[in-house]
Amino acid sequence: MTTSPLATRPRPAATTPAPLPSAPHRRRAGFLREQISGWGMIAPAALLLLLFVFLPAVLGFGLAFTNARLISPRPVEFVGTDNFARLFADPTFWRALLNVTYFAVVVVPVQSALALAMALLINKKFRGVNFFRTVYFLPVVTSMVVVSLLWLFMYRKDGLINELLSTFSFGLIQGADWLNDPATAMPAIIALSIWQAAGFHMIIWLAGLQSISGELYEAAQLDGASRWHQFRYVTWPGLKHTRSLVLVTITIQALGLFDQVSVMTQGGPLDSTTTIIYEAVRSGFKQQETSYASAISLVFFVLVLLISAVQRYLTREKD
Amino acid sequence: MLVRILFAAVAAFPIVFMLVSSLKPDTQIFGDMSSVAAFLPVGNISFDNYAAVFDRVPAARFLVNSIGISAVTVVLGIFINSLCAFALSRMEVRGKRVVFTVILATLIVPFQTLALPLVWWVNQLPYFELNGFSLEISKGWLDTYQVQIIPFIANAFSIYLYHQYFESIPKELDEAARIDGAGWFKIYRQVVMPLAGPATATVAILTFLPAWNSYLWPLMVVQSEELRPVMIGIQYFFQLNVSWGEVMAYASLITVPVVVLFIAFQRSFINSIASSGVKG
Repeated sequence: MTTSPLATRPRPAATTPAPLPSAPHRRRAGFLREQISGWGMIAPAALLLLLFVFLPAVLGFGLAFTNARLISPRPVEFVGTDNFARLFADPTFWRALLNVTYFAVVVVPVQSALALAMALLINKKFRGVNFFRTVYFLPVVTSMVVVSLLWLFMYRKDGLINELLSTFSFGLIQGADWLNDPATAMPAIIALSIWQAAGFHMIIWLAGLQSISGELYEAAQLDGASRWHQFRYVTWPGLKHTRSLVLVTITIQALGLFDQVSVMTQGGPLDSTTTIIYEAVRSGFKQQETSYASAISLVFFVLVLLISAVQRYLTREKD
Repeated sequence: MLVRILFAAVAAFPIVFMLVSSLKPDTQIFGDMSSVAAFLPVGNISFDNYAAVFDRVPAARFLVNSIGISAVTVVLGIFINSLCAFALSRMEVRGKRVVFTVILATLIVPFQTLALPLVWWVNQLPYFELNGFSLEISKGWLDTYQVQIIPFIANAFSIYLYHQYFESIPKELDEAARIDGAGWFKIYRQVVMPLAGPATATVAILTFLPAWNSYLWPLMVVQSEELRPVMIGIQYFFQLNVSWGEVMAYASLITVPVVVLFIAFQRSFINSIASSGVKG
């Protein structure tokens, strides 16, 4: 342990067990000091979160019921639920919702399972573990913008993906024009998204795995537990908290799909890859309709809340 | 081991392809595509694409900007978030449960939903500037460095990670230090933080990546070329004739520093886990 400077120092309290003068008074002073230092420590982060997450969120909520534009000489007026009426009547919005659901339904299970598999593969010490750890995390340290550009190039009709498919199938598979075909554009984006983000969740799984005491595994081995049983009865229960964290973060990230679409397809072809956030940014930034974009963001936010509530309920502790 | 290698091949092949292609002229990139040469630096290899990149965009300036913005965000983020998590985890502060719940609740708001109100909001914030001896106050943070840094310092996920980690450090260490007369900040700095190396490494990586990779945000709030970060530079390559070799060279240029830094962090990550004896 690295606490040696403190641990080796002589402790006057232990060597002179004299009764402490006016113990209740000391306790009260200590209590007050703890409150003041505690709040002083919490304050910087709490204030920044208030200023740059909470207030803008509340602001967005309010703007959704107005006619605000990003730059406009007209005063902002309250318009009630007009933006929502327009939104729910917009087929593009329903298409975006469908696309994001499709994306999430595939990405959440596949990506969390792959990430856990990767974490298990590199959890134990073996020769070259650092190498594999680094390689698995490589796609994550590559920016989603760079990744999207790179895959945009690889997904071309004459690109690397089609060449690889043709080579490995001995010419049987003739590749698609991935991003220009409404049927294949979303699967193509799904593949690259999992490729890019699995390593991130691998790190979270890994942190969870390494918090499980090695003694538990030793005990299980002494009891003659198989590797599957060790996973089932030591690893899996030990990952309880990590599990819900990974599920919630992947789902929210999946619903928030934006970068890939923005760089690769701009929502096309035929709205087959448009997403809720992409529609929000398109109307809010490009068309400067802050209020309509805020309404979309609000619907999105409610959706995220609902889904994480359901997920939390499903992964709750069963007594 | 075969499975490990298979996963590694899938993870690495696009990146190898990018690095290798950045060294080739366009005609050769397409010529090599159908063979293993696509992943090998063979044939007409040169750094011509990189030279062309520096001609086309102020790449050095963009790199300096991104390094500065990311470094400041990471250092301040580690300090402020760990301090907050320390108080929430190890001190008996009244109301800390409510605060922690509210902080965790902010995790649920994705940045993209905040982005648009945030643009409006940062434009209303006052901006203090010390000009010689006089303090100048102006309105609006748009087109500055701090608009790219300050909103991203405090992070609920970093606080959560530190909190989780601090919970695993025995509280008896704090009590021992308090008997020695240590104040709370001293306990934070000399007892808890030295043991939290792995959490710090994780938070550093997870703060650095979005700072370096940010695209949507600077696109909306930064207009001046001299303030732009690296990701915005990508736009420059699609303005006239697209040269994929140059695109791959710029992509490599802004990816390689991160990879190098990550490998350095990776080592400290593993070492600190091994030396701090987390497992007992």
